[in-house]
Amino acid sequence: MDAILLQILNGLDKGSAYAMIALGLTLIFGTLGVVNFAHGALFMLGAFCAVTLDALFSMEMVALSATETTAWGTPLEIRTPYVEAWFGDFGHWLSEWSVPVSILLAIPFMLLVGLVMERGLIRHFYKRPHADQILVTFGLAIVLQEIIKAFFGANPIPQPAPDALSGMADFGAALGMEAGAIVYPMWRLIYFLFAAVVIGAVFSFLQFTTFGMVVRAGMADRETVGLLGINIDRRFTLMFGLAACVAGLAGVMYTPILSPDYHLGMDFLVLSFVVVVVGGMGSLPGAVAAGFLLGILQSFASMNEVKQILPGIDQIIIYLVAVVILLTRPRGLLGRKGVMEA
Amino acid sequence: MTPTKTNDRILLAVFSLLVLAGPILLAPFGAGYPDLLQKFAIYGIFALGFNILFGLTGYLSFGHAAFLGVGSYAAVWMFKLLSMNVIPAIVFAVIVGGLFSLVIGYVSLRRSGIYFSILTLAFAQMSYNLAYSVLTPITNGETGLQVTLDDPRILDGGASGQPFSNLFGLNMIETVDASVLGMPVQFNVGFYVCAAILIGCFYISMRLFRSPFGMMLKAVKSNQNRMSYTGLNTRPYTLAAFVISGMFAGLAGGLLAAMDPLAGAERMQWTASGEVVLMTILGGAGTLLGPVLGAGLIKYFENIFSAINEGVLMDFWSFLPETLQHALVSVSSLFVGEGWHLTLGLIFMVIVTFLPGGLIEGASRLGRLVTNRGKGENGAARPAPAPAE
Amino acid sequence: MGTPILQVQNVNKRFGGLKALDDVNLTVMEGTVHAIIGPNGAGKSTLLNTFVGRLIPDTGTVTFAGQSLIGRKPHEINQLGVSRVFQTPEIFEDLTVAENVMIPAFASRDGAFRLHGWESLSREAGIRDRAMACLEDVNMADKRAMLAKNLSRGDKRRLEMAMCLVQEPKLLLLDEPTAGMSRADTNNTIDLLRQIVDAKSITLAIIEHDMHVVFSLADRISVLAQGHVIVEDEPQRIKGNPKVQEAYLGGAHL
Repeated sequence: MDAILLQILNGLDKGSAYAMIALGLTLIFGTLGVVNFAHGALFMLGAFCAVTLDALFSMEMVALSATETTAWGTPLEIRTPYVEAWFGDFGHWLSEWSVPVSILLAIPFMLLVGLVMERGLIRHFYKRPHADQILVTFGLAIVLQEIIKAFFGANPIPQPAPDALSGMADFGAALGMEAGAIVYPMWRLIYFLFAAVVIGAVFSFLQFTTFGMVVRAGMADRETVGLLGINIDRRFTLMFGLAACVAGLAGVMYTPILSPDYHLGMDFLVLSFVVVVVGGMGSLPGAVAAGFLLGILQSFASMNEVKQILPGIDQIIIYLVAVVILLTRPRGLLGRKGVMEA
Repeated sequence: MTPTKTNDRILLAVFSLLVLAGPILLAPFGAGYPDLLQKFAIYGIFALGFNILFGLTGYLSFGHAAFLGVGSYAAVWMFKLLSMNVIPAIVFAVIVGGLFSLVIGYVSLRRSGIYFSILTLAFAQMSYNLAYSVLTPITNGETGLQVTLDDPRILDGGASGQPFSNLFGLNMIETVDASVLGMPVQFNVGFYVCAAILIGCFYISMRLFRSPFGMMLKAVKSNQNRMSYTGLNTRPYTLAAFVISGMFAGLAGGLLAAMDPLAGAERMQWTASGEVVLMTILGGAGTLLGPVLGAGLIKYFENIFSAINEGVLMDFWSFLPETLQHALVSVSSLFVGEGWHLTLGLIFMVIVTFLPGGLIEGASRLGRLVTNRGKGENGAARPAPAPAE
Repeated sequence: MGTPILQVQNVNKRFGGLKALDDVNLTVMEGTVHAIIGPNGAGKSTLLNTFVGRLIPDTGTVTFAGQSLIGRKPHEINQLGVSRVFQTPEIFEDLTVAENVMIPAFASRDGAFRLHGWESLSREAGIRDRAMACLEDVNMADKRAMLAKNLSRGDKRRLEMAMCLVQEPKLLLLDEPTAGMSRADTNNTIDLLRQIVDAKSITLAIIEHDMHVVFSLADRISVLAQGHVIVEDEPQRIKGNPKVQEAYLGGAHL
C-alpha cells in the first residue's frame, strides 16, 4: 500500500507538468486550430524566468573590508547581493524565495511572449495546413532554445527551492498513518498543489466568465460564433497568451525539481503531444487527466518489480499507450467524436 | 524545365558530373575534405528518400532517424559477423531499414495528418529509448556499437590486424592527394562509393517521380478522398512510399557506418529526424534536386559555419571603424560558431513562411523574373515547383 | 434495358431517435436515368451514403449487379463499376487536367493498387489517349495542361465528369450536380449528361433539387419524403401526383 501511494506521488509532479503543458496545447489547438510545436519552448522560457530572476538577485556588489584581510594580507572582499543591500532582510528573503517570486515576473513576460507569438507568427498560419504549422513552430522552438543557449550556456542551472519548502514532508503522518511511513519531498507536493490551483483557475475562468464562455463556444463551433458578430480573434489571441502563461508557470515552479537547460523544451514537447493525443485533441479535461494518468503510469513502470518482468518498460510505456490509443480510439479518452478523425 | 526524356537525361548527366567532381568544386569553399564530402552524399541520400514520402504524399514523418540508426547498427553487425567488406553491410542495412519501416509504417499509416506525425514521433522516441536501455546487447547502449579485433568476421577468414571497411580490398579511408589548378584536392575512396550510390538513388528517385506510381502519390497529397472514390486503395500506396523512404534511410545509415564503423543511438532521436525534414524543405520538398541541395547546404552550415569563430568575424568586419566592428562581431557571433543552429532555425522559419517550395522554388521564381517569362496561357506555369529542376 | 442494376430493398436506418431511412425500396434499371427527389431532410444524402459504403443500414440490402454494396470500402465500390460525382467537384487540384483523367484511367486498368514505380508516364500512350478522348467528350481537351485548381466551377464539374467517364462505369451516381450553378451552366450540364446517356450505355442515378434538370433527363423518378419512398413513377405522372405536391408543400415549382 505504501509503495503504491509512493508511486502515485512520484508520478504526480511530472504528471502535473505534463498536464499543464498539455492544457495549453489543447487550448491553442481547440481555439486556434493550430498545432504548436513551440509549446515546450514556452515551458523552458518560464523556467528561465526563474533563472534570470535568481541571477539578478545574486548580483553582488563588492566592497573592501576596512578591517578584515585574507590570508595574503589583502583586504577581504565583502560580497553583498544588491537585493540585500537595498532591502535588507526582505532582500535576503527574496533571493531565497526567488523561484516562487519568479511567478510574478513570469506571468507578464509569458503573456507578452504569447501575444507577440500569436500576432506576429501564428496568426498567419491559421489557414495553412497543419504540416506547415508544425514546421514553423518547430523552427521557432529551435530559435528560442538557441537564444537561451547563447545567453545562459549549455549547462543545467540548478535552482534551489526555498529552505522552508525543501526537504521532506511526512505525508504519511498527514494521512493518519504512522510517522515516517511515507516521506516525500515537500516541493514536489507543493508543485502538485500549484498545478491544481493553476488548472482550477483556468477551468473556472472558462466556466464562469463571459469571456470564457465565448471561448468555449468558439472551440465548439468557431464559424457560428463569428457569424454572431463576436470578434473571436482578439479573444483567441488572449487565449494564446494564457496558454503560454500556463506553460511558463509550469516551467518556473519545476526548476527546483529539474535543473533547467536549453533543451528542456524539446524534452517535454514530445511527451506533451503524446499526452494531448491520449487525452483527446480537443478536450481540456482530457488533456489534464491524461497528463496525470501518464505521469503516474510512467512512475509505476519505473518500479523495480515491474522492470524485472518487463525490462525497459518505463522508457516506452507512455509511447506504447499512445500508440494503442491512436489505433483503437483515435479521439482519445475524452475527445469529441469527429475531431480530426482521419 | 519541363520533364521530358531528354531533359531528364541531361539532368542526370549534369548531376552525376557535379557530384563526381565534388572534391574539386568544393575545395575552394573549404569543403573538399573526405569526411564532409561523404556526409553531403549520405545525407543527400537520406533526404532523397524522405522526399519520396513527404514531398510526394505530404505525410510528415518525424521518425525517419530511427531507420537511419537501425541501418547503422545493421551495418556494424555485418562488419562484426561477416566481413569488413562494405557490400554485405550496406545490403543488410537497406533490408533492415525496409523491414523496420514496414512495421512502423503499417501501424502509423492507419492514421493520417497530425496523428500520423505523432505516431511516428512516438515510435522514434521508443526506438531511441530502447536502444539506450533494453536493447544494449544489440546496440551497446551509450558507448555505441563498434568493431573490435575479436569479431568473428566469418567471410574475412577471421580478423587479423586493424579492420578497415573496404570494397573488395579497397579501403574506404584511402585518399589520393592531388592538385587541381594549384589547389590541394583530395580524392577519397569512401566518398566515391557514396557518390556512386547517391547518383543511383537520384536516378531511382527520378524514375519514381516520372512513373504512374509517383503520380498516384501526388494524388494522395492532393485529394485522398477522391482517390478512394476513383477506385484506388490509398493505403498500399502510402505504405510503399513509407517503406521506400525507410530503405533510403537505412541505406544512408549503413553508409555512415561504412565510412566510420560505429553506430550510436543519438542518431535515432526525433530531433535528428527534424534535421532531414529541414533539409528537404529547405531545398524544396517535392522536387528532384531540392533534397540533395538542402542536405548539402545544411551539412555545409553544420561543418563550416559552425567553425567560424571570432577571429574570422573580426577579419570579415575589419573594413569598419573599430567600435562598429566590435559591435557587429558581437552580434554576428550569436549566429555563427555554436550559434549556427540559431541561424538554421531562422532560415527555416523564413522558408516555411515565405518560400514553402524551398530554394528550388526561389531559384525558379528568380529565373522567371530574369527571363520575364511570367505566366503562360491558361496558367500553364506552375506556381508549385515542377518535379525536375 | 430491362435488368435492374441497383436494387435497394427494405433499407432502414435510425440515428438515435430519428428514423432517417424508413423501409426504402428502390430499383434502378440498367441504361436508364433514375432521379431521386424530395424535400430537404427527406434522407436523399443518407440514402446515397449507403450506396457508397459510407453508411451501414440497420436492415436491408443494397445490391449492385448482384453484389452487396453495404460496408464496402469506397475503392472496392468503384472497382465494381460505380463512379461518383460530388456536390462540390472533387478533383486533384494540384495536378493538371490531363493527369486528373489519367489517374482514374490507371485505376480502371490496373486495379486498386499497382507498384508501377519503374515505368515511365511518357510511355503510357494508351492511357493518355483514353484520357484525351474523354476530355474531348466534355470539351476540355484544350485545357489539358492547366492546373485543375485554376479551372472555373463549371469546368471543374466537367473535369470530374470526364474522370468518371474514362472508367466506363456501369453506374454513375450524381449528388446534386447542378447545385449552385447558373442557368447557363445548368443547361450545359444537362446537355452533357444527355450526350453521355445517349452515346454510352451508362446508367445514371441522380439526386437533384432542380426540377428542370430532373424533367429534362429522368426516365424514372423516386420521390423520397421523411425517409420513405412515397412514389416511384414516370416523370409525367409524378407532376400531377397529389402525394408529391403535398410532400413539397409549396416547395419546388413543378
